[in-house]
Amino acid sequence: MNHLSLIIKREYLTKVKNKSFIIMTILSPMIMIALIAVVAYLSQLNNNKERTISILDESGLVSSIFKNTEYTTYTILKDLSLDEAKDLVEEKEEYGLLYIASGTDINDIAKTIKFYSQDTPSLTFLSSLETKLERKLTDLKLQQDGVDTDKIKASRTSIDIAQESYEGEKTSKIDNIVKLAFGGIAGYLLFMFIIIYGNMIMRSVIEEKTSRIIEIIISSVKPIQLMMGKIIGTSLAGITQFVVWIILGSVLMVIVSAIFGINMSEMQAPQQEMMQQAMASQDMQMQAQQMIAAIYNLPLTNMIIAFVLFFVGGYLLYSSLYAAIGAAVDNETDTQQFMMPILMPLILAVYVGIFTVIEDPHGTVSTVFSFIPLTSPVVMLMRIFLLGFHYGNN
Amino acid sequence: MNNLLVANSVSKNFGDFKALNNVSIEVPKGSIFGLLGPNGAGKTTLIRIINQITMPDTGNVFLDGEPLKAHHIQDIGYLPEERGLYKSMKVGEQVLYLAQLKGLSKAEAKKRLKFWFEKLEIGDWWDKKIQELSKGMAQKIQFVVTVLHQPKLLIFDEPFSGFDPINANLIKDQILQLREDGATVIFATHRMESVEELCDHIALIHKSNKILDGKLQDIKRQYKTNTFEVGLVASNETQLTQIINEKFETAPANFKSLNNDLKLNIKLKPSESSNNLLSFLTSIAQVNHFNELIPSANDIFIQTVENSKS
Repeated sequence: MNHLSLIIKREYLTKVKNKSFIIMTILSPMIMIALIAVVAYLSQLNNNKERTISILDESGLVSSIFKNTEYTTYTILKDLSLDEAKDLVEEKEEYGLLYIASGTDINDIAKTIKFYSQDTPSLTFLSSLETKLERKLTDLKLQQDGVDTDKIKASRTSIDIAQESYEGEKTSKIDNIVKLAFGGIAGYLLFMFIIIYGNMIMRSVIEEKTSRIIEIIISSVKPIQLMMGKIIGTSLAGITQFVVWIILGSVLMVIVSAIFGINMSEMQAPQQEMMQQAMASQDMQMQAQQMIAAIYNLPLTNMIIAFVLFFVGGYLLYSSLYAAIGAAVDNETDTQQFMMPILMPLILAVYVGIFTVIEDPHGTVSTVFSFIPLTSPVVMLMRIFLLGFHYGNN
Repeated sequence: MNNLLVANSVSKNFGDFKALNNVSIEVPKGSIFGLLGPNGAGKTTLIRIINQITMPDTGNVFLDGEPLKAHHIQDIGYLPEERGLYKSMKVGEQVLYLAQLKGLSKAEAKKRLKFWFEKLEIGDWWDKKIQELSKGMAQKIQFVVTVLHQPKLLIFDEPFSGFDPINANLIKDQILQLREDGATVIFATHRMESVEELCDHIALIHKSNKILDGKLQDIKRQYKTNTFEVGLVASNETQLTQIINEKFETAPANFKSLNNDLKLNIKLKPSESSNNLLSFLTSIAQVNHFNELIPSANDIFIQTVENSKS
């Protein structure tokens, strides 16, 4: 026991004191954050471009629905022919010209609508225009046919099926989505962790052989102690790095967004604007509230216990496989061949998780893969939050 | 109990290959025991069995009268032939770690380490990394690692390879000193000059079998041929040779001498004494060189190995 703690201590300290380890621990989150900041900044540049759209509405039916917003300005052109309007818009270097021909039949009008522009217009922008026009024209058509549109609006009913298990545990669709999301994140985290730190364990097992110290060590301690010490020590170093990454990453994120004013809500302003208009904004708010409530309602203790259990178990299982490879070969170049058999079940598990667990968390496929040792950790992590974890019930 | 280590008919196979075949050795307490043999004879396998790195297929090993158990690791210091240390660890930390693995407390290890570092004049290496040291320097560190926990039994596998003559001497003196202090040393090598200098017992392993063992002196006595090297001042060499040839079996000899004398190897029959030869020689010429030929460990090694082949 004393030997084991000595070995763990040495493994941990040599890993953590290693210069490249320290540099990467500090640098990685910085690079990640820098990358995110650059991407955010670039897309902000792109999206914040103000657009001016001219509208030539010969029918006079739809121009009233275009209202100026922060990033989009609509100019209604009047008493101009189509060619004059095109010339004018081109000259002013506006984003484009929306043309609606005159007519009495709404179906005919709908067919004549055209968008003229220098470059290909943004797809999201075009579809937001389409939605607006569709809604207005549908309303008009309904009115023409003598239907009261206000009544239709009033009679719209939204349904959200409430769910309850026989034991009286209440859930909702949003609850499940949130749980699925958390499960997915947890499973993926384990997957990443195994890939990054499994290799580290393998290398540390080879270390004794390449430095030829193995005979001295093995004549002092039992091989099992050495192996355990290496797996535990290296894992602790890995966890340390991971935790530092998360803490440093979130601190940097806060700092960066404070300095550069890159705010997630502002970031995608024009698109969000369209989204909000497209969707009934009340529904959205409701859903957001439910989402937050769902997150607060998650059975946190159970989740943490389950997470730790499957994460540790799964990681130890895979890391011992990596260690076995390290033990079987003499140098690192020989390990390449053995990577495939380890990665296959891991990748399989992630795909099973993504394709079947989301579709049917309690289906045959999900259940079977939860029992296979090599896929169980990832699949179970993805399922576990949905299962109403009853300590060994599932 | 006079033997510190006893191995009883130890055998070990690796697949179809027989690495050791019924090998028994007895290492007396306080001796320096030479484990000799050509490359691939099975020396290292035997040493690994003693260190419990591998287990024998049959046979057993006793240390100080007890069958070998896990806790005996603390009583053995082993310097493997394949030298190696953690390259990126600092010298001091590393030796402390290895000493703690052998069961020393940290404080005790530190104290002894200071003593050894001073003795070998390597005190200022404490904070250096192994990769900054030369091969010979790293070997000195390994020597310290081997002896630091003051084991009863020290096993050195080719301890002098890689050392310059000065450091080899330094290490040799330390080994002798350790023996004085009560340690028993097993010394695996195929370098006969160091065997000659250090060992008092030897065992010779060839092709997985032990073909010779015992006290070095006894073995030498056994292998001596009763041959004497003589140098005579002679006016007429051929005539003198003839006279001697009539009474004894002779062969021309070659050794360094200040004079241009007649040099001969004279072999005596077991019944004849060296005094007879000497008085005979003094009666016919002036003797300025008279020396019994003692077989060197090297001769014995080669002869035994060659004999076992036929």
